[in-house]
Amino acid sequence: MPATTGSRTRPAGPTGLRNLTHHTLFWPVVALVALLVANTIFSPDFLSVSILDGHLFGAPIDILRNSAPLLLVSLGMTLVIATRGIDLSVGAVVAIAGALSLSFIATAPDPGAVSTVIIAIAIALGLCLVLGIWNGFLVSVVGIQPIIATLILMTAGRGVAMLITEGQITTVTSAPFKTLGAGFWLGLPAAALIAYGVYLIVALITRRSALGMLVEAVGINPSASRLAGVRARTIVWTVFALSGLFSGLAGLILASNVMAADANNAGLFIELDAILAVVIGGTSLQGGKFSLSGTLVGVLIITTLTLTVTIVGISPLVTPLFKALVVIAVTLLQSPRVRDKLAARARQRAARPEEVAA
Amino acid sequence: MTSSPSADRPVVEMSGISIEFPGVKALDQVDFRLFPGEVHALMGENGAGKSTLIKALTGVYGIDAGRIVVDGAEHRFSGPGEAQDAGIATVYQEVNLCENLTVAENIMLGHEPRRLGAIDWRAARRAAAEHLATMGLDIDPASSLGSHSIAIQQLVAISRAMVVDAKVLILDEPTSSLDADEVAQLFAVVRRLRDQGVAVLFVSHFIEQVYEISDRMTVLRNGQRVGEYRTDELDRLELVSTMIGRSMDVLEDLQVSTEHTVDAEQGATPYLSAVGLGRKGDVRPFDLDVYAGEVVGLAGLLGSGRTEVARLLSGADRADSGTTRIKDVPTRLRNPRAAISQGIAFSSEDRKSEGVVGDLTVRENIVLGLQAGRGWMRRLPRRQVDEIVEKYMAALNVRPANPDALLRNLSGGNQQKVLLARWLATAPELLILDEPTRGIDVGAKAEIQKLVAELASQGMAVVFISAELEEVLRLSHRIGVMRDRRKVAEIVNSEDVGVDDVVELIASGGEH
Repeated sequence: MPATTGSRTRPAGPTGLRNLTHHTLFWPVVALVALLVANTIFSPDFLSVSILDGHLFGAPIDILRNSAPLLLVSLGMTLVIATRGIDLSVGAVVAIAGALSLSFIATAPDPGAVSTVIIAIAIALGLCLVLGIWNGFLVSVVGIQPIIATLILMTAGRGVAMLITEGQITTVTSAPFKTLGAGFWLGLPAAALIAYGVYLIVALITRRSALGMLVEAVGINPSASRLAGVRARTIVWTVFALSGLFSGLAGLILASNVMAADANNAGLFIELDAILAVVIGGTSLQGGKFSLSGTLVGVLIITTLTLTVTIVGISPLVTPLFKALVVIAVTLLQSPRVRDKLAARARQRAARPEEVAA
Repeated sequence: MTSSPSADRPVVEMSGISIEFPGVKALDQVDFRLFPGEVHALMGENGAGKSTLIKALTGVYGIDAGRIVVDGAEHRFSGPGEAQDAGIATVYQEVNLCENLTVAENIMLGHEPRRLGAIDWRAARRAAAEHLATMGLDIDPASSLGSHSIAIQQLVAISRAMVVDAKVLILDEPTSSLDADEVAQLFAVVRRLRDQGVAVLFVSHFIEQVYEISDRMTVLRNGQRVGEYRTDELDRLELVSTMIGRSMDVLEDLQVSTEHTVDAEQGATPYLSAVGLGRKGDVRPFDLDVYAGEVVGLAGLLGSGRTEVARLLSGADRADSGTTRIKDVPTRLRNPRAAISQGIAFSSEDRKSEGVVGDLTVRENIVLGLQAGRGWMRRLPRRQVDEIVEKYMAALNVRPANPDALLRNLSGGNQQKVLLARWLATAPELLILDEPTRGIDVGAKAEIQKLVAELASQGMAVVFISAELEEVLRLSHRIGVMRDRRKVAEIVNSEDVGVDDVVELIASGGEH
């Protein structure tokens, strides 16, 4: 995968197996595989993919499509967190993107026209970029703590979305716009193609250019980076702008899924899922080293989890609890301290027979 | 503290200690012992394993092999708390206390006497006062810690360590920010504790201080123990060659004469010329010229404004008065980036918070400055990166010679070398070094001094700041003297100028 951050700082064992289990992504991947296995047990044809009307269908395809909005939001969130920031406003931006695009289409003379849809998308993405730039301005120029700076838009943003929809849940019919969330290109869900395409581009850019290293340098030691001549302010500003833009794109996909602009519920709590995905993926909330492949695994775990709840037949009422348990397990297994404890215990167990013999 | 065992039995015995980090073998089968009632110096260059050994003894690092016996019982520490319970107290280089609490609160933190479940503050203050008294210190326990000097804070940290009746007291570079009187005060306390039977482990780069205070020393080199010696049986020259593992050539080389004529006398234009440059609250307006091929030293006490001058010259802080001309062109150095693009490199005195990017590798740290200048889109080609990294790691003798090691796993001296490499890689025309040799050992220090002299003879302009006047005198062509945030004098260095002359200038403020 192009976005692997490389070796971590844990003392690596001499054997390949130990290296594997010490890799930051080992436990998240195990969790993902375990979820898939559990689903296959409950529903044996879970992993099967069939072709219907030239499109691919099946649970794996659903996971790809459902994960698209969260992947986009988490992508921006990863970069923001890597610079020691956090973006709480992504959910509100999702709502604004949906509200603006759908309201524009609803009032346009020809909602079904491709040109209308393109303009709607452009306007929505443009506004979301501006909102991201606003967040970045507050953090990098004004110097407000990221959690507070983005809290402003998190609260105010839903109000803005309400203003745009005038408090109504606008329902719209527009075939081209619907393609975004529910359509298929080349047999694959359009939403997944968009999200994974953006993901790949960002992953390539961060690791093929020097952007990834500079983002990490700013996250690890901002003042040292500034003295080394890194445009720390511009980098922080850029990642917030990107986070806004990607959230806007996620908002368009979500709006196109339901074709209704719901200012209150669109993207509700998606910021928390995104932060979770980033953390599960092994990027520290203290900033610095980030792993986009880790974030991808985190997103897939969260999406699969939601699907599992339906398939296994757990009541939607306890979904949050179920999610929380999985997240606790994964994060605990990843924590250096727990790992050290486990390793120490394993070592003691291995050492004990020797001591008896001696 | 009187229950010390017989002096023949060591209170700490470490044997065969090995610790390995990714890419670094920090300790290799090291033996170490510490007797009650002695001051034992742990000596070695940067990266020799001193800090690692201390961290093994204090439970910060787990050991991969070996035994640690404290007071006759074998221990396997899995955290600093366990080491403390075993009677090992540590005072680190940077004082780890809460400045906003009172002296008494700091001393008793975690050991507050309780009455009916609540903290008995009066008893706490009394106990703290007693602890201070046993160490011969006259400090008001109710005063806030932040109102005292670093030296006093250091002593408070020691009193705090002794609250738990420690058998072993570890002092890691306790004197690095103290002046001579404060060192004397600290040593008085250390001697007192030693006479009470406490085993003191002392780590310092100041060789004179080691000879003044220690009874015995253990020398480490490259993660291995070279030997254990009685201080009075090993002279300074032997000690240094034991530490660096080679004869004294390096140090003798240092007497490279920096006496060569500079453009200054030929009426050329200076590389950088500051006129009336100043910043309110930091440093009064000053004039300074720096010519190519010249080392300008800045001498002055801590807080005299020498660092502030460097920060203005490098754009780290923005001047609010005066002008800077670079090669006779008026230039505003608005930020470090602007200065770097003018060929000015600045190595801050605060290595940890303004230099080291710990979680990045040595390679990434070296190319950071160069890459930042190119912007994120034009990534340095891998082959060029490897060339640069290889060149500077070899030139500066960075150890371990592993560009993939994380910078935070390197010792202080090697981190400093990597930072120098970062700046040299940007091919600067003016190199501003603020305390580049602080807290690093003789070997690395000699290497850095030599490098500075060489760079200047190749035509680089250098501003060199150091608290050690000998060092400033050895390297500089001209010396600016700072006092009370003002530049009070400027002298041309020659063989006739000695440390005493500079000290006198600082003392008199240049008014004689």
